[in-house]
This record gives sequence, structure tokens and C-alpha cells, in this order.
Amino acid sequence: MISPRDVEHVALLARLELTAEEKELYTKQLNDILLYAEMLNQLDTEGVLPTAHVLPLNNVFRDDAAGEHLTADEVLANAPRRDGLFFIVPKIV
Amino acid sequence: MELTAMPAHRLQKLMRRREISAEELALAVFNRIDEVEDKVKAYITLTRDKALTTAREVDRLRAAGEYLGPLAGIPIAVKDNICTRGLKTTCASRMLENFVPPYDATVTEKFKAARMVLVGKANMDEFAMGSSNENSAFFPTTNPVDPRRVPGGSSGGSAAAVAAGEAVVALGSDTGGSIRLPASFCGVVGMKPTYGAVSRYGLVAYASSLDQIGPLTKDVTDCALMLNVICGHDRRDTTSVRWQVPDYTSFLTPEIKGMRVGLPVEYLGEGIDPAVRKVILGTADKLASLGAEVAETQLPHTRYALPAYYLIATAEASSNLARYDGVKYGLRANDAEDMVDMYIKTRSRGFGTEVKRRIMLGTYALSAGYYDAYYMKALKVRTLIKQDFDRAFTRFDVLLSPTGPTTAFRAGEKTDDPLQMYMVDVCTLAVNLAGIPGISLPAGEDGKLPIGVQLMGRPFGEGDLLRIAYAIEQLSVVGRQSSE
Repeated sequence: MISPRDVEHVALLARLELTAEEKELYTKQLNDILLYAEMLNQLDTEGVLPTAHVLPLNNVFRDDAAGEHLTADEVLANAPRRDGLFFIVPKIV
Repeated sequence: MELTAMPAHRLQKLMRRREISAEELALAVFNRIDEVEDKVKAYITLTRDKALTTAREVDRLRAAGEYLGPLAGIPIAVKDNICTRGLKTTCASRMLENFVPPYDATVTEKFKAARMVLVGKANMDEFAMGSSNENSAFFPTTNPVDPRRVPGGSSGGSAAAVAAGEAVVALGSDTGGSIRLPASFCGVVGMKPTYGAVSRYGLVAYASSLDQIGPLTKDVTDCALMLNVICGHDRRDTTSVRWQVPDYTSFLTPEIKGMRVGLPVEYLGEGIDPAVRKVILGTADKLASLGAEVAETQLPHTRYALPAYYLIATAEASSNLARYDGVKYGLRANDAEDMVDMYIKTRSRGFGTEVKRRIMLGTYALSAGYYDAYYMKALKVRTLIKQDFDRAFTRFDVLLSPTGPTTAFRAGEKTDDPLQMYMVDVCTLAVNLAGIPGISLPAGEDGKLPIGVQLMGRPFGEGDLLRIAYAIEQLSVVGRQSSE
């Protein structure tokens, strides 16, 4: 079902790196879980609409008007590295 | 009865009669914490000084003749995934170990406005992922009833604090049973309101279509009082509902004649401990003797709730937890070569094993080629599960079931097998998938270990849940003493 290769790929998508041990453990555990999840295929869901969200709420809008907001300092207070109004990060390219 | 064992409504009477002060009450709670917290470990952060300041303010206001609500001066523990401005909010994760929110969650604003006394931030499973509170990155919480056993999760700290007298009431969050299960394991009352009834603004998101904040209390009356504080529409949460919040204490009448109680057979089958089954059936009999119409019913898609939940919740979690990247807040790996390396190292070090497992499961379920087979399929099954409940509620007012398949298990018993741990939630998951309200209250024991009974209700049917829960509670001597 899900191979160590798949687990590697998924880990990359999720921006996670795994040790060889973790890779083996997760492969086994994810397989067990997915195998169990196979039981959903016992159900005929032809014509059944998916429920992503239980409430009949759609497009909850408000006026595009500024209200109370945090100050820049409050927003940047938890920054691991900052320079004035900027978050400092390692180089991207 | 010790002050720290009393429910809020009794304590409020004492305060109003000037028999005790809010300060005395706060001190009593902190003394209790000094006595037992080494063993229980319910809290990640304690806020003694601030609590005493708030308590003294309440006393001052009372002396000045100001109006004070029913929960003023009442000590509260708050799960550490609910934002408290200026106070560390960690989600029991290394990722947010030093994160100090610049804002209060809506529920935080509400309990502060009600002049409640914040005792501290309660321990939990990391990012609310777990059923035993063993997934906290810092330390596990123990069950006050038996310290070798788990308090349940993920709101284990909240439940343990209330059970141990280290808080009078608590707030937790429930995505798949995380309020109700620890309530059952610790012998307290825990409720997950209808989805949309309580604002999620300021609740660190796990699964956005399933998460709800709710109270953990010593009795049903306190639960009603807490709902009055936390429920209501919030502009800042677009998934919250505009509705008229009733006074929930108006439902606290032991008169339940003619109410229709359903017993879904799928919740009493194999896998349910005999001692648990006995208590549930016994409770059903008691309700019948009080004049309720009790009958068996079916919710045929029940067993598909677990796999559906673990695809939907993990898919949503993989998206919600993508924000933890070391850029703007939280942990950052400083030895990274470039941005992507920083993301990878930060996330790999910041997240615990269970969190990583769920992120990967969710990512897989949503990935190209698997989206239809897993995520979409699960969403369709969710519709079928919801329809089961809709049908049941045309014939019944509430549904009765166990909260957990067993009593509190021993620490370490299920940590090797994720699926075994997931199975602990079999009775609670469907409630979140359908978005309906659910409450757990103590209904019996196996030896010393509490057994909770679960009541499930229609959307916004918290009133019916409270009525039946109150009736059950009144049947026990302890319950009657509590409401004096």
C-alpha cells in the first residue's frame, strides 16, 4: 500500500524530515491505519454529497472597513528574528 | 465539604452571603495546587499573582455594591490551546513553547468579562491530538482518581484540574471527544456544544470543521452557567452561528416525563467494557422510571466514524499546521542552510511523534491521486453519519451511550499502537462529524474508576441534554448534595 518511498514523498510535502527508524515506524503505522480506513469502501456513496462543513453557512462577508487591529510591534513580538517591521529569514534563493 | 470540592453555584452563594471572599477561594485553590499538583501535573503555567489580583478586585466590586454575575470570582483553568493575551500559550508543543499571544481568544474575553479568576493554562495532548494526555511535549498529566492511570485527552489537564480541586471549572476543546472522554475518565461533567455555538477565534486550530470549545465542571448546573458565558455569535469567527442564546439554567429541572431517549445499539456492542455497559443500561432504566420514553434505535454508519474522522481531521490538521514554519512566531531552527531547510528542521524538531503522524496521514489523504479515494470518500461517509442522526432525532430528543469504551486505562498501555489509542474515541467521534452537541457526566463506577454516560442531542439541543443530564445527576446522592 504505502511504501517507504511514499512516506518519504509525503514527508517532503509536509516539510518534515524523518530518521530511518521513523520512516520504518511511520510506514508500518500509516499502513495499518490506511488498511483500517479501507472499510469505508464497503459503503456505496454513489450520489451522496460530501459534507465538508456541517452548517448551512456560505460566504460570510463583512464590509471591507478597517477596525481595531494589532500594532506592528505586537505582531512582530514573537518573531524569531526581526529588523524593524521586517521578519528576517534565511535566504530563499 | 472542602471549598475546593464545591461547585461554582454553591461557592457563589457563599460569596454573595459574604461567608467567603473571592480571595479566600483563590487562596484555597492555590493551596490545593500546592498539595497535589506535583502528582497531578494538570498545569503548564500557573498565574497565582494575577489570579489573586483579579479575586481582590471582585471582592472590592462586591463591597462597593456593583453587580457581579454568577461566575464572578470563580477560579478557572484554561486549556493551553486557547489564546490568553500576554500569557504563554503553548499547545503543549515545543513548537509554541515560548509563544505569547498578542490577543485574547473570544472565550477568554468572555470569561474575563464575567470576572472569572484565571488559575493557569492546563496541560493537554500536543496540538489537541491524543486521547490520554500522554502526547504533551512537556509532561503527562495523571488521573487524580488513580495516578497510575491517564486522565484522558486531549483536555486531560482541564479535566484533572477540576477533578482534583485545582480549579472550580475549566475550558477545554473537543475535536473527536477531547472534552467528553477526559470528563468520563476523571469523573466530571464535560460538554461539547453544537458546532458554531462557541467562537473558535483564538482557539489554536486542529481540525476547523470539528473543533469546539466547551466547559468541564463539577456538576450540570455549573455546565449551564459556563455555557451562558461562552456561547454566542462572534463576528471574528465566520463559522459561528447567529442565534438566540437561551439562559441554560432554565433547563435545570428534574422533570423529564415524556422526553424520548434513544439507545443506539451500535454503541453498546463488542468492545464496550461490561462494567461500562451495565452503567449505561442502568442509567437508561433510571430515566424510564422517571417517565422518559426509552427505546433502542440504530445509527447504522457508526463504525465508519473512526476511519472517516481520521481522514478528515488529519487532512484538516495537515493544512492548519502548515503555518508552523519558523518564520513569524514559534520555534525556529537557527542552523538551517536556506528557507526550505529552515521549514524542515523547524517542523521536525518542533512537532512530536503523534502530530507528525497525523500531518503525514492527512497530507497523504489529500495528495494527488488519493484525494478522491480517501478525503472525498470520508466526506461522503460523513454525510451518511449525519443523516443517521437526523433520522434518529425525528424520533428521539436525546441519544444515550457510553462516553468511553472503558474506564481510565494505565499510562503507557496504548502508546505503542496508534490504532488502539484511536479506538478509545469510538463513542465520541461521530458527534463531532455531525456537528451536534454532546455531554458526558458521571453515572457510575468500576471500583474507584468513574464511568461517564454520554448524551447526544440535536443541533442547538443543549437544553434537552442539560435536562436529562440534570435528572440523571439528581438521582445520585452526591448529585443532590452538589446542588444545595
